[in-house]
Amino acid sequence: MLRINCPFCGTRDHTEFGYGGDGSIIYPQLDEAPEEWIKAVFERENIAGPQVETWQHLHGCRMWLRVCRDTVTHEVLSVTPAHPEMAILGDIE
Amino acid sequence: MNSLRLAAGGMIDRSSPLTFHWDNRRLEGFKGDTLASALLANGETVVARSFKYHRPRGVMSAGCEEAGALATVGEGAFADPNVTMTTQELYDGLVARGQNAWPSVRWDIGAVLGVFGRFLSAGFYYKTFMGLPPFETGRGTGAWMFYEKFIRRSAGLGTVSRSSDPDRYEHDNLYCDVLVVGGGISGIAAALTAAKEGLDVVLAEQDFNVGGDLLNQRSSNQGASHRCHLQSLNDAGVRVMLRTTAFGLYENGVVGLLERRQPSLKASLRQKLYTLRAKHIVLACGAIERPLAFGNNDRPGIMSASGGRAYANRYAVLPGRAVVVATNNSSAYQTAIDLADAGASVTLLDTRRNVEPALADMLKSRNIALHMSTGPCNVQGRQRIRAVELAHRDEDRWTRKNTIPCDSLLVSGGWSPVVHLQSQRGGRPVWDDMRQCFLPDASVEGITFVGAAAGHLIGTDCETSGHAAGEAIAGKIKRSGSTVQPTPLRDPPVKTDPTLLVEPNNPKKAFVDPLNDVTVSDIRLARQEGFVSVEHLKRYTTLGMGNDQGKVGNVIGLAIMAAAQGTSIPDVGTTRFRPPYTPISLGALAGPAIDEHFKLVRRTPMHDWNLGQGTVFTDAGLWQRTWYFPRDRETLSEAHLREAATVRRTVGMCDVTSLGKIAVQGPDSARFLDRVYANAMAKLAVGRARYGIMLRDDGIVMDDGTVWRESEDQFIITTTTTNAGKVMTFLEELLQVRWPDLRVHVTSVTDQWAGFSLAGPLSRDALQACLASGESVSNDACLFMTFFDTKLKSGVSCRIARISFSGELAYEVYVSSSYGGHLAQMLASEVEARGGCQYGLEALGTLRIEKGHVTGAELDGRVTLEDAGLGGMASKKKPFIGSTLRNRPELMKGDRPRLVGIVPMDRTATFNAGSILCLPEKVSGFGEGWVTSVTHSPALGHWIGLGFIKGGHGEWADRIVVAADPLRASAVDVQIVSPQMFDPEGARLHG
Repeated sequence: MLRINCPFCGTRDHTEFGYGGDGSIIYPQLDEAPEEWIKAVFERENIAGPQVETWQHLHGCRMWLRVCRDTVTHEVLSVTPAHPEMAILGDIE
Repeated sequence: MNSLRLAAGGMIDRSSPLTFHWDNRRLEGFKGDTLASALLANGETVVARSFKYHRPRGVMSAGCEEAGALATVGEGAFADPNVTMTTQELYDGLVARGQNAWPSVRWDIGAVLGVFGRFLSAGFYYKTFMGLPPFETGRGTGAWMFYEKFIRRSAGLGTVSRSSDPDRYEHDNLYCDVLVVGGGISGIAAALTAAKEGLDVVLAEQDFNVGGDLLNQRSSNQGASHRCHLQSLNDAGVRVMLRTTAFGLYENGVVGLLERRQPSLKASLRQKLYTLRAKHIVLACGAIERPLAFGNNDRPGIMSASGGRAYANRYAVLPGRAVVVATNNSSAYQTAIDLADAGASVTLLDTRRNVEPALADMLKSRNIALHMSTGPCNVQGRQRIRAVELAHRDEDRWTRKNTIPCDSLLVSGGWSPVVHLQSQRGGRPVWDDMRQCFLPDASVEGITFVGAAAGHLIGTDCETSGHAAGEAIAGKIKRSGSTVQPTPLRDPPVKTDPTLLVEPNNPKKAFVDPLNDVTVSDIRLARQEGFVSVEHLKRYTTLGMGNDQGKVGNVIGLAIMAAAQGTSIPDVGTTRFRPPYTPISLGALAGPAIDEHFKLVRRTPMHDWNLGQGTVFTDAGLWQRTWYFPRDRETLSEAHLREAATVRRTVGMCDVTSLGKIAVQGPDSARFLDRVYANAMAKLAVGRARYGIMLRDDGIVMDDGTVWRESEDQFIITTTTTNAGKVMTFLEELLQVRWPDLRVHVTSVTDQWAGFSLAGPLSRDALQACLASGESVSNDACLFMTFFDTKLKSGVSCRIARISFSGELAYEVYVSSSYGGHLAQMLASEVEARGGCQYGLEALGTLRIEKGHVTGAELDGRVTLEDAGLGGMASKKKPFIGSTLRNRPELMKGDRPRLVGIVPMDRTATFNAGSILCLPEKVSGFGEGWVTSVTHSPALGHWIGLGFIKGGHGEWADRIVVAADPLRASAVDVQIVSPQMFDPEGARLHG
């Protein structure tokens, strides 16, 4: 089981969280060209190693988080709020 | 046979006799016995039949690695199959019976299979019954499926009870600094040291006593020392969990623990499954003694040397009076000594050429005959061994020697540290030539091995390693010290002999994995047939599968494979062990999540009131929604058609509380909703509502609902019942991840509002009668797609929206949740006074199909706006989620399946949802489209349906199509029409 250190609530089991997706994607503007959107929606790296993902603390604070997880060892390397203004506040503990 | 129970010693309580039943016979044991020790004390030798050959089997060990003594414990619904008797604590009234045998384990008809043993090699059934002579007729799968049921019946172990388990199982969570797995000498030392350093320590021990191998030592006061250990652990604040197995190790220090409660005969809390999170894990799980492979090495009376010692010392049962001990290492000498001291006559065979002189002297002083360079190559006796045939080793060749009579043969093939839990986490065990075993991989972070599990051979070394680990972990946790280094191993004076196989005359009957009936020749056959990789070997022969999980036969199997290939064990490698370490019942995994607790249930505030109306409920996501309201034993179809017809004729009311409701608030709310919905929302006027549809990023329809504007910067949006959570999460993601600049907040308010839909020509009249004086729902006061807040005649505040899903004049009425029942009662009396009724989800379905309104059956994650006939809703003036990718050429093709209405050519005919729409000349393949929803339409007087077909109804105007349902052998000629089948002009809406 993964244990995710929610910056708002503390370390919790992954069963409290919902998996979002690839956290490295920068979504294009809504009216941007289809090529950009196809890249953002369909094209994914199959990473063996540290990977940035988004998770939501569904059964907790409902905040979206950016989680760096090693896909080989399941080690969670870092957790920050996905909201950029909150992310720069760093570890809220 | 007279009793083998010793008059004194051991850890059994002779003052507490217990009665139990074995195969319908009443026997006696003592408190402190296991089922196995009690049966041995009663002289029972054959206690089980083997998996494949139905060979008689006795007790082969004294631990969880037991491969022979498996039984069914409990009766009727309580029956628990495949219980290892060696770990089953004896209790008063225990009922156990032998399994995989008829009529009994002592006389088993199935044993005839053993006669044909030479044919039943690895892969026999598959090779034969999939089509080799004489079964070549009907080759392949068909033949196999025929023979399989007979084959399955003859192989196997116990059978499960068919009744529901009356016992309770619970789940719980635990947290600690250090988890110590194993309560032997090293585990106790580690736990005590860590606890004295102030750490929070849990010690899990699978036995019902702490002490580990200390319990098996010959002394007059094991009982006292056990109590003393328990006392000091308790005093130090260690949480000791007895009867608890750590069955699985997972990432981030998460451990699965299974606690078996003290057994009883009543329905009670049987097992508890804990999820424990530890900062550090100490594995003090000891080592398992391996057998040796030789002819008939599975006969009753043969067991592990350590097992024999445990029965003599801990349980005060002599395994036999004339005992032969066979070993390839020094550990079994203690067994020989203890048994001689307990009164047995003992002979010791050692495959090695020499031994420590001190050990040899100890044997001599007890008159124990010692044969060096000697091993057993075969045994005589079926139901119990009578004699051992010896073989002498000269270099690498074994030659038959004499035969010595005996009634017990205790075997030691060396020790395998229990590295299972770490292997589950991906640790790769390392082969150690000196000890002839796999040692744990030291590189897995957060796990420290101590004691015999780490490869220590001497008690004092085990204790030292435990202390050292406790201290190092305290340093790591309390003072953020560096990683915990294991204590270095000390080599034994004489190494373990690599001999694991004393070459028998008939390798067919030399068992490597007795639990799965895998023999030496099976391993060789696997190699011959190319199954050389260990993973292939395992699957081809079933070596180390099931209960065993590599505990007993793994190393011998690898050694034989290595010898056959001319390589070494580390070159052959080992398989990865899987959880659970010992079997877990499904009941424990399910825990309390059974029956009505299987999943969460959401009920509306009107649930109880609905129950009083005789409602039948159905599941919609987690919600329990009203399905239909049967009157006078109406069936579902009678009731819902009456309800739907009543709505069209007078008025009906339906609980719609479960619709998702989200409050969207903040200065940028309008901009936000404009981006989320495909249609324009920004200019929606205050007090008005609008149907809205949202897409996914890829341009496919995600959900639909309504948007109500409460003020400039406040909206309420509704979602479908089942997508409420998904939409909420999506909106939160957009606001936190993609558009953090938008000043918007979303809140789920689904549970805050209770609501009814009121539909039908008399709905306005009925609603008006419920309102406070001066309030009005006249056409002027409440236009179509508007809402306003008002008061019921009781003074309760409510919100009324004129929204219709049924195509009738209709309203939705919402109150604060706590007034749900009140609203229901008030509306019901006015509705009934006008000849109306309540309607449920089924009637709602009929009404919406008549109108061609889509739900989840149509919006199945493959449908675009155009497919659903809603292309006109997409705004061309603004971009929105999915606006770019919905225009992909493939999604814009004119011949994509489009939403259509379907009616049977013969208006009396009916057809099925799920049917494939085909051309009459080609009723096969994927067809031209499919049917999503079907109902009888009371308004039209015949069956209708919705579905999708290439190009939409315009393409199919005058053509006959077949709705084919080959699974239910139905094919009906249908006509494709517009999805708006009833009141296409929408005249009734405006009533």
